[in-house]
Amino acid sequence: MKQMKLVFVFPENIVEEPVTYHLIADYGVRVNILRASIDPGKQGRMVVELVGEEIQISQGLNYLESVGVLVTPLAKEIRHLDDRCTSCTSCVPHCPTQALEVDRESWNVSFDPEKCIVCFSCLEVCIYQAMSVEEQLA
Amino acid sequence: MAKTIEEINAKIRSGKVVVFTAEEIIDVVQEKGVKQAVREVDVVTTGTFSPMCSSGAFFNVKQPKEKMKLGGGFATLNGVPAYAGLAAADIYVGATAIPDGDPRNSNGRPGKFRYGGAHVIEDLVAGKKVLLRGGGYGTDCYPRKTREQMVGLEDMNDAFLFNPRNCYQNYNVAVNLSDKPIYTYMGKLKPKLGNAYYCSAGQLSPLFNDPYFRTIGIGTRVFLSGAEGYVAWPGTQHNPNAPRLKNGTPQTPAGTVALIGDMRQMTTEWLRAVCYTGYGVTLSLAVGVPIPILDEDMLRSVSITDEQLKAPVVDYSEFYPTGQGEAKLGEVTYKELKSGSIHIKDQDVPTGSFSSYALARKVAHHLKQLIQDGDFLLTQFQAPFPGAVIEKETAK
Repeated sequence: MKQMKLVFVFPENIVEEPVTYHLIADYGVRVNILRASIDPGKQGRMVVELVGEEIQISQGLNYLESVGVLVTPLAKEIRHLDDRCTSCTSCVPHCPTQALEVDRESWNVSFDPEKCIVCFSCLEVCIYQAMSVEEQLA
Repeated sequence: MAKTIEEINAKIRSGKVVVFTAEEIIDVVQEKGVKQAVREVDVVTTGTFSPMCSSGAFFNVKQPKEKMKLGGGFATLNGVPAYAGLAAADIYVGATAIPDGDPRNSNGRPGKFRYGGAHVIEDLVAGKKVLLRGGGYGTDCYPRKTREQMVGLEDMNDAFLFNPRNCYQNYNVAVNLSDKPIYTYMGKLKPKLGNAYYCSAGQLSPLFNDPYFRTIGIGTRVFLSGAEGYVAWPGTQHNPNAPRLKNGTPQTPAGTVALIGDMRQMTTEWLRAVCYTGYGVTLSLAVGVPIPILDEDMLRSVSITDEQLKAPVVDYSEFYPTGQGEAKLGEVTYKELKSGSIHIKDQDVPTGSFSSYALARKVAHHLKQLIQDGDFLLTQFQAPFPGAVIEKETAK
C-alpha cells in the first residue's frame, strides 16, 4: 500500500468532472479530501491524501493527467511567526537562500517564503520558536 | 561645568530634561561637538535584549491553612526543580533548570530542551498558573508534608527576579574550527568557520557606555524587563581588569551586574524563555540603563560607536571547552560584526547575533520616553563597583 498527499488543480473546463468518483470507482484508490475549494465555472483546488496499491495510484494519476488535472506533491511550508521573532538574527547565517534576511537599517528580520527551500535549518537554530513548519493546505 | 544627578532629576521632574539614546547621541555629538552637546544633553539611555543565563526568580509562596516547610524538602514548578534550601516558603527557580527525566543530549543528540525554569518565569509573568509540587518532612510548627496546587503570581507574597550576572560588558565572538557542527550557548556553529555568532548590543549596550563604572554601581536604578529594577551588586565574574582599548572599552568580556526587580511589573514583551538546541533553556531579558551626562568625559563615553568597540574571536570547538589550542583567532569591531560578515583566517565568515539590536533600540527609546515623561528618575549609586574609576579624567 502506498500513501501520498497531493494537490490537484482543476482548470475551469473540468471543474464539473467527477474525478474523485472515477479515482475511487475506476482505479480503487482511497481518496481522503483534506481541503477543497471548487466552484463551478472557476479553477478549483483540492488537497488530498491517496491510499492504494502503487499501480492503482499511478494509473489514477495518469487518468487525472489525461483529463487535464494538474497534480503536484503537497509541500511543507515554513512560517515566520512575527509575534515570536525578536529579530536577533541568529537564523540569518544558517539560511542558505537568504529567505531570512535582516534589514541593517531597521534591524528587523523578514522572511520571504518564495526564496525558502524548506531545509528546516532555521527551525533548529531559532531559540524563540519563531519558525514553524506547516503543511501547505491553503 | 559639571552637572549633578540632583540637577538632572530636577529637570526630569519639571519636564525639561533632554534625553537621547546611546545611538542618537553619536550624531548629536558629531554635529554639535562635545563642548556644546554637554551643555544641552542631560541623560543618554542604553538598552539590550538578549539571553542572560545567570537569571532566576525568588518566590515566597503563600502558606495553606495547615502550614508546610518546603525548606530542606523539595519543590517543583511545572516539573521544573526549584531550590528549596531556605525558610519554609521561599524557593528559587533558576532560568536554566529543566525537569528531571526530560530527554536531554544523552537521549538522541542534539536535545531540544522545550521547557525549563525560564518558561516557568515567562508563564507566571504572562499571568498563567503553574503546578507547584512540594514535599517536606513535617515539624511541630509545619505539620503538612506534601503540597500540590496551581499557583500564579497572585498566590505568591513575593516574586522577584534576582539575577547573579547580566549585561556582560562585551562578549566573545564564537566560531567553530573543527570539522563537525557543534551546539553551544552561542548557537549552532557550522564546521570550518561556517558562521560566527556575537552577543552584544555594541554601541547601545549598557556597560559599554560607562566603561569605568563612573555612574553604574550598587543601587543604580535600571529598566529590567518592564520593571524598575536595581543593580544589587557587581555581577558574578565581574572583571574590571580586562585589557582595554585606548577609548577605555574592554576588549574581552569584562564587567557584569547582578540585577533585581519585581516580576509583577514585568511583561512578556520584555522577558522571553528561549531554547537552544543541544544546549538548554535560558531566559532573554531587556535591560536599559540611563547614564547621566555629568561632564564631557561621560558624554565621550556614551558617544562611542560600533566601529570603536572590539570583540575577541574564540574557537568554541576546542579552545573554549578545553583550554587547548589557539586562544584568540582575532579581534573584530562591532561594525564589522553587524555588516553580516567578518574576515578570519583568510575566510569570509557570515555573522549572526543572539542579542536583538532591534529590541535593544526599543528598550533605549522606551526608557528615554519614561524619563521624558517624568516616570523614571536617576539614582546616585550607594557604593562603587570594584575597579570603578570615578574621578578618572575630571582632574585633567
